Amino acid sequence: MSAPLEIAGLRVGFATEDGLVQAVDGVDLELRAGEVLALVGESGSGKSVTAQTAIGLTGAAGVRIEGSVRLGGEELLGADEEVLRGVRGERIAMVFQDPMTSFNPVYRLGAQVAEAILAHRPRTSKAEARAQVVELFGAVGIPDPERRVDSYPHEFSGGMRQRAMIAMALALEPEVLIADEPTTALDVTVQAQILELLGRLNRERGLATLLITHDFGVVAEVADRVAVMYAGRVVEEGTLDEIFYDPQHPYTWGLLGSTVRLDRERPRRLPQIGGAPPSLLELPPGCAFRERCPHAFASCGEMPPLAARLTDEPGHRDRCWLEPAAKRERRQVEGRIGLEAPGR
Amino acid sequence: MTDAPLLEVTDLVKHFPVRRGVLRDREVDRVRAVDGISFSLPPGQTLGLVGESGSGKSTACRAVLQLLRPTSGSVRFEGREIAGLRRRAMRPLRRQMQMVFQDPQASLNPRRRIGQIVADPLRRQGIGSGGERRRRVEEMLERVGLETAHRQRYPHELSGGQRQRVGIARALILEPKLVVADEPVSALDVSIQAQIVNLLADLQEQLGLTYLFVAHDIGVVRHVADRIAVMHEGRIVEQGDADQICERPADPYTKQLLASVPIPDPRRARAR
Repeated sequence: MSAPLEIAGLRVGFATEDGLVQAVDGVDLELRAGEVLALVGESGSGKSVTAQTAIGLTGAAGVRIEGSVRLGGEELLGADEEVLRGVRGERIAMVFQDPMTSFNPVYRLGAQVAEAILAHRPRTSKAEARAQVVELFGAVGIPDPERRVDSYPHEFSGGMRQRAMIAMALALEPEVLIADEPTTALDVTVQAQILELLGRLNRERGLATLLITHDFGVVAEVADRVAVMYAGRVVEEGTLDEIFYDPQHPYTWGLLGSTVRLDRERPRRLPQIGGAPPSLLELPPGCAFRERCPHAFASCGEMPPLAARLTDEPGHRDRCWLEPAAKRERRQVEGRIGLEAPGR
Repeated sequence: MTDAPLLEVTDLVKHFPVRRGVLRDREVDRVRAVDGISFSLPPGQTLGLVGESGSGKSTACRAVLQLLRPTSGSVRFEGREIAGLRRRAMRPLRRQMQMVFQDPQASLNPRRRIGQIVADPLRRQGIGSGGERRRRVEEMLERVGLETAHRQRYPHELSGGQRQRVGIARALILEPKLVVADEPVSALDVSIQAQIVNLLADLQEQLGLTYLFVAHDIGVVRHVADRIAVMHEGRIVEQGDADQICERPADPYTKQLLASVPIPDPRRARAR
């Protein structure tokens, strides 16, 4: 059986005045049933563009898309708008960062979710649709759902709106859920509840969830596998434990090292990654991270393939030419994983 | 601590009236944004003010700096009462207290060059000749990790991290004693966040700055602050030594806040 979502050789370029911005440059990802795959990266890494392309939201003039996106084996890239409309919501749904802008402010929340159901299931009666929405609101933890379906978006708090957004995404029982920074706009106490909800729904409904985030704390709480993106490419991919306890790519070391940790004594200085991400307009050949990498050497002028380099971790792949033994030694900075000592 | 505080805030209140009626002359309610907070900040130290959205932390900053007129309470800067001072009386004091904002994109004028933006406070205060201002701007740009050549650039030509460095340079050009930083790193990527946090620490050491550091992220706040004050619904529910607050919180809200922060360690996250 094919995986719920398979992305292969995906390249997405945007034509701009200054030239072609290659936002996604050869991404391969396989999202399996029942798992949460975290796609981690900083702004401009291509994580959101990858997700938006997968759900068919980047198809506009000036956008160049190559590669393949298969949903349960069926190719979506280049598919008719009509096919896509049937697929979106029905089989693949998306939750966005800001639930305020995702709902129409002048319609009742329940009616907006019911509309999604009625559009895809025309034989459903309005009363049945409403009953389904009440049930969904209950399932995502909205208290007093009978009454709350008649609320307007502004009457909900940020966390409750995000729950309603998740209810809408689940309304048609999709196989794949894409959540793009679903908790970034929320307070940390609310974030914890939403993460718990996403994890629970994933388990209960056997969803395949692609979670896009920049926050390794969020990743550790809910993900099963992790793919780290940098400058439009996946630079490392592995299970949660492989990425956190045996990371192979120097960029991953840098990200883990510069994450603030409340569970550890505070260091005098925060380890940082020097410089800034490269311009996607003219990426030089070779490893895109080498300009910022203290471990770069001659081979890095050539792009390393995303490959499994550890015999005991066959699913753990990375794009770095360093020998695994050298990596395990060099990522130890002052007894912890990091890119380099926090100098002055 | 024997040092006299640089900043002493006592029972500071900022309420926003909710008015109704044709003439908006009937006060029907008040939003108690800041509802009686007190803290004291010794020179050269950092107080972290942490809270979630709506806790009143940003209003508190603005009321401390007299950008908003406090409803009541006292704000003493170097022993001098500044609460309720008029604009003109505040102007010479403005040099001593500056602010760094969250979003460098929104707080820098897109049509002005970096050199002009950083020199602006000098011009407004009528400090130095053109040449002297230019020298000070170049010096300050280097100090915050930019190049003198950035003087000629526009904000949109810089990265987010570089723009925040410009925001810091603009705040420091008048050599203030107190810097109020309102969410200075929360719009930045993790790796850039670390650069800016380290830069703020270096500048504090070099220039003897005093920081009021306001943020929602208690992890970042613990890293930069000597002391932490936790705000919730307009009040400070707990304050004390930064490590102590994070390791042994006493207030139930602080406990809940700390328990909600995701731990970037899967084994510990699973154990929780």
